[in-house]
Amino acid sequence: MKPVFMTYTKKDLINLAVCMVLSVLVIPTFITTEYWYTSILIPWLCLALATIGQQIVMGYTGQLALGAAGFMAAGAFAMFNLILRVPDLGFVGSLIVSGLIAAAFGILFGLPSLKVRGIYLMVATLASQFFIIWMIDKFGWFKNYDSSGIITAQDIVILGKPFTTPLAMYFVCLAVTTVLTLLAMNMARGSTGRNWMAVRDMDIAAESMGVSLLRTKVQAFAISAFYCGVAGALFAFCYLKSLEPVAFDIKLSFKILFMCILGGLGTINGAFIGAAFILLFPVLLNAIGNNVFHGAIDATIISSIEQVIFGGLMIIFMIYEPLGMAKLWENLKISIKSKLSSAGTKSLKSSAQKSE
Amino acid sequence: MVDELLFFMEVLVGGLLAGTMYSLVALGFVLIFKASATFNFSQGAMVFFSVLAFCGFMQDFNIPFVLAFILAALLMVVVGLCTERLVLRPLMNASEDTVLMATIGLGYVLEGLAQAAWGVEVRRLDLGIGDFPVPWIADNLKLFISALDITAGLVAALMIIGLFLLFKYTKIGLGLRAVADDAGAASSIGIPLKHIMLLVWSAAGVVALVAGCMWGARAGVQFALVDLALKALPVLIIGGFSSIPGAIIGGLIIGAVEKVLEVYIGPFFGGAIEGWAPYVLAIFFLLYRPEGLFGEKIIRRV
Repeated sequence: MKPVFMTYTKKDLINLAVCMVLSVLVIPTFITTEYWYTSILIPWLCLALATIGQQIVMGYTGQLALGAAGFMAAGAFAMFNLILRVPDLGFVGSLIVSGLIAAAFGILFGLPSLKVRGIYLMVATLASQFFIIWMIDKFGWFKNYDSSGIITAQDIVILGKPFTTPLAMYFVCLAVTTVLTLLAMNMARGSTGRNWMAVRDMDIAAESMGVSLLRTKVQAFAISAFYCGVAGALFAFCYLKSLEPVAFDIKLSFKILFMCILGGLGTINGAFIGAAFILLFPVLLNAIGNNVFHGAIDATIISSIEQVIFGGLMIIFMIYEPLGMAKLWENLKISIKSKLSSAGTKSLKSSAQKSE
Repeated sequence: MVDELLFFMEVLVGGLLAGTMYSLVALGFVLIFKASATFNFSQGAMVFFSVLAFCGFMQDFNIPFVLAFILAALLMVVVGLCTERLVLRPLMNASEDTVLMATIGLGYVLEGLAQAAWGVEVRRLDLGIGDFPVPWIADNLKLFISALDITAGLVAALMIIGLFLLFKYTKIGLGLRAVADDAGAASSIGIPLKHIMLLVWSAAGVVALVAGCMWGARAGVQFALVDLALKALPVLIIGGFSSIPGAIIGGLIIGAVEKVLEVYIGPFFGGAIEGWAPYVLAIFFLLYRPEGLFGEKIIRRV
């Protein structure tokens, strides 16, 4: 398709417009219960952002990493300390700087990717997960010497205006997510993304064609960690409203990995689909447990079933559709389109026959 | 001075013996990797699943110890059978990373099933071996070493010898090595791939059960076992993924280093560096010797 505006096609612009109208106008008018904002929409946006980070390093660059939650923790605690100690930076400035701090960790722990890949790299990135959480836990300075273990996050203030209601926080998350998503799409389509994908598909071949592995991999890790860091800061300040290292444990890393893989490796919309699925499915399962069985099933059993289903889905997707839900969505669109167009040609034909 | 040396020896020996516990978990990984070049991320979940089943049989149904162990081992054979049929066979031609992700899914399924069937509370497992210093050694050598650690060391040694003999001197072992080398070529000369896979996964299941018993007796049978089993990964990186002796040596190195660091350096940083020290150690190994101490050199073709 021919690009209309910069490198965007008409379809892209329509998609963007539809998403913006939906999220800015439709959702705030029709959804008025706080529950939807505080428990679903805000964590969805935050986790989708982290999943985009995971996508960049795993889906686009093909490096098996498992430390997203560690970088999120780095971002969240950096944010806390920046607002506390450097109040002049403001919210947006702190958000960017905390992303950059997470990116520094990303570069540090991404370095082994130059030597190893696959499961080896996974172990190396696990080091980042455990090390960052330990560091925050053990050095009191990061937590401002708070002994309770759980610190309340500061209120969000942008240009002197407080953003404390769920709706306002939703808009903060939405704005950040939109900007970063657009950026990610741009990078994925441009030469940066081409380099990532060349490295993913065959790193040795890419290197012999003049793609610098050092640059590409370190860049991917840094950008990925930046996204995770910003997502972690938003996650702590808008969703949890508190900071505790336990919230960013290895389980969250696995969750983000699942969002990334089930959503569809190497796609940006897959990050949103995957995050929505992993977040909403437990809600649905609990609703079924409460309404159909009237609480006869124990909550622990429900969460076990949820785990079995996630694991099972992972296996099924790996066998039948390794490209995940984004690909299913794509297939669905294509089949609907082809049905519509074949129906269209049929009706044309029948009307042509009638006129004869 | 003598006291300090004794203390160091005690820390070192304790670490080495604790390391054999990691080795036991790592053994299961190596078995499957050796026979199918598949990295089985669900080994930790298998440890948890098998030992929880074992406890469940013993405590919920009052089945005697030996019978419960056999039942749990049979259950692991069934798990191996299902895994081979439902996960591995459809993914026969998939890439390594795809199979790895599928085994992450498998791990989730096993964890979920175990908790759905036998509950989430911590269970106590009593093997009849105390986790306290053996008086004889404490009196004569002035070292405080737990009986459980010694048992784990002995069990690990026995298993290694058994597996080593199996791989080296039996027809099955030869078949296993052939399949690991080139599954397609092996099946074309008539090695039954299905049976080999089933055998390997069952063996890994039983190894997981033994490892689970040792860990369960020490730390209680609980979900944290899965996270503990993750520490088998650095062990494998240091020892090499395809080497049974490597799993043991790797386990010993990790066990000793993490204990010594914890005791001598840990206090300066507020302790609990055990959590990440093995992984950082693994990174250093990766940078200098990516194939591990005993692993085969990794050669990739364009």
